[in-house]
Amino acid sequence: MSNTATRPTTEQAARSAAPRSNEPMSGANFLTGLIVFSIRSLKHSFRDAESLLMAVILPVMLMLIFTYVMGGAMDVTGDGSTSSAQYLSYVLPAIVVTAAGFGASYTAVVVSNDMTTGFMNRLRTMPFPSVTVLLGHTVSSMVRNLLATAVVFAVALAVGFRTDASAAQLAGSVGLVALWILVITVVFAVLGMVAGSAESASGYGFMLLFLPYVSSGFAPVESMPNWLQGFAQHQPMTPIIDASRALLNGETPGNEWWIGILWCAGFVALAVWMAAVLFPKKVAR
Amino acid sequence: MSYTDTPLVEIAGLSKSYGKHHVLKDLNLTLPPGIHALLGPNGAGKTTLVNILSTLIPYSAGQARVLGLDVQRDRKQLQGLISLTGQYAAVDGALSGMENMLMMGQLFGLTRRDAKRRADDLLERFELTKAAGKRAATYSGGMRRKLDIAASLIAGPQLIFLDEPTTGLDTRSRQALWDEINTLAAAGTSIFLTTQYLEEADVLAERIMVLNGGGIVADGTAAQLKQRVGGSTIQLHDDAGHIIETLPTHGDAADVAHQLAAISEQRPEVSVTVRKPTMDEVFLELTGAPVPTNSNKKEATSE
Repeated sequence: MSNTATRPTTEQAARSAAPRSNEPMSGANFLTGLIVFSIRSLKHSFRDAESLLMAVILPVMLMLIFTYVMGGAMDVTGDGSTSSAQYLSYVLPAIVVTAAGFGASYTAVVVSNDMTTGFMNRLRTMPFPSVTVLLGHTVSSMVRNLLATAVVFAVALAVGFRTDASAAQLAGSVGLVALWILVITVVFAVLGMVAGSAESASGYGFMLLFLPYVSSGFAPVESMPNWLQGFAQHQPMTPIIDASRALLNGETPGNEWWIGILWCAGFVALAVWMAAVLFPKKVAR
Repeated sequence: MSYTDTPLVEIAGLSKSYGKHHVLKDLNLTLPPGIHALLGPNGAGKTTLVNILSTLIPYSAGQARVLGLDVQRDRKQLQGLISLTGQYAAVDGALSGMENMLMMGQLFGLTRRDAKRRADDLLERFELTKAAGKRAATYSGGMRRKLDIAASLIAGPQLIFLDEPTTGLDTRSRQALWDEINTLAAAGTSIFLTTQYLEEADVLAERIMVLNGGGIVADGTAAQLKQRVGGSTIQLHDDAGHIIETLPTHGDAADVAHQLAAISEQRPEVSVTVRKPTMDEVFLELTGAPVPTNSNKKEATSE
């Protein structure tokens, strides 16, 4: 053998003696895990300057394009009048949920990266609830998307959006949208866990990104061909966007708000169930 | 509680299968504290065994205790005493070296202050102090490995699992890592490592288990393994050093003397060497697999 490792002297060994625990380490509790991983994921988000910039710029561009390119041609009030300002207040909730879809797809990528590298394997041999890793990514996605939402609203105000809505109505409008952001983030987190790679994870989620387009978000459902109306009317986006829009413009939503909340609850329950069943089985190889 | 008198690993009738595919078959093993190497070719089941012992995956049948604790029933308690460094570095590239250390420390249940103190010590010991503030993504392969191992030591584990710790490292980094592993062991931490490289098992481990096809085909010190395969030979060389004849021998003095007497009578001009099989030959004999060498190290990654 040409290579031999130097046997350490007792002196070296003593110097380097790591404090060895004779009692098992207790491990972090759920809350500590959640905080540690939320901070970690937020660092990921804010250090990846490019994707953070995209997360903010994309929705703003989407809003400006829809407002100024399509807005002048759209009759959303049904009274034959068209104006960009009218369309802006119509399309705003749809812009935010569409952008949230893009923002949340990032979650699938980061979760998938954790799953397919050795990172998750180490965490699973440690004494703390490892599901907090997923929750940390969820918290970070919420923060990132709400930040983008705030910027969208700021730009909307700057280009002339006005509303008579009360503070409570605004809070309700944003709350509904935030609930959907949570839903789509959790769904993408599960996709990231299930998918074999980061690329396929964001691929699976691509279909979800189209949901807002086939809803009342960008154009009234009645203006669509008959065969499409059935789907557009009965998918989660339409009630959420309708309710959010009504509140945003100071109106009282009908039944849409609780139908929307039911959809969200259903999706979250499904995703949590999938996570609970699949997460313990998923081990990177 | 002291772990010096508790067997490090106790395995009885341990099996693991995925459907009809049997990865581990009826393993039995008892190991005292110390450095142990699990040697075997790709696909032998090394990683599967490490994953079971480190609580990562459940086994199908049998029993497995580590540090006296059942790997499934006493999972959480055991997790507070061990750490796993897998084949793929568990380092978060977006975080700095120090942030990685603190994160692991806090997850083990250390306060931030304690974690910081230990992280400072460990980073210094692994010569990463200068790089501590830089993102791990900028580290070299050897530095990532070192950070990976340093992070696994933050809670002072009794036992660390190293799954192919030097795969993909250059010779210098490998040597440096071997030194660290020996230092750790000298300070009393037990080590269970897997490797495809005989040299590594020979240099590091007190005891080597050869795993092949899901079963332990040999178990002992390097010397014992060589002896087990037996096959000492007497080689006769000509003036140029070429082997002209190889004679089997039991290897003991009586047999060698007896054969030498005959040789010296018939062919007094030849030079003679008595040789034991090398570890490479042992490996080949026991596993039937071609011997992995350092030169094909790069392609050997996972199993």
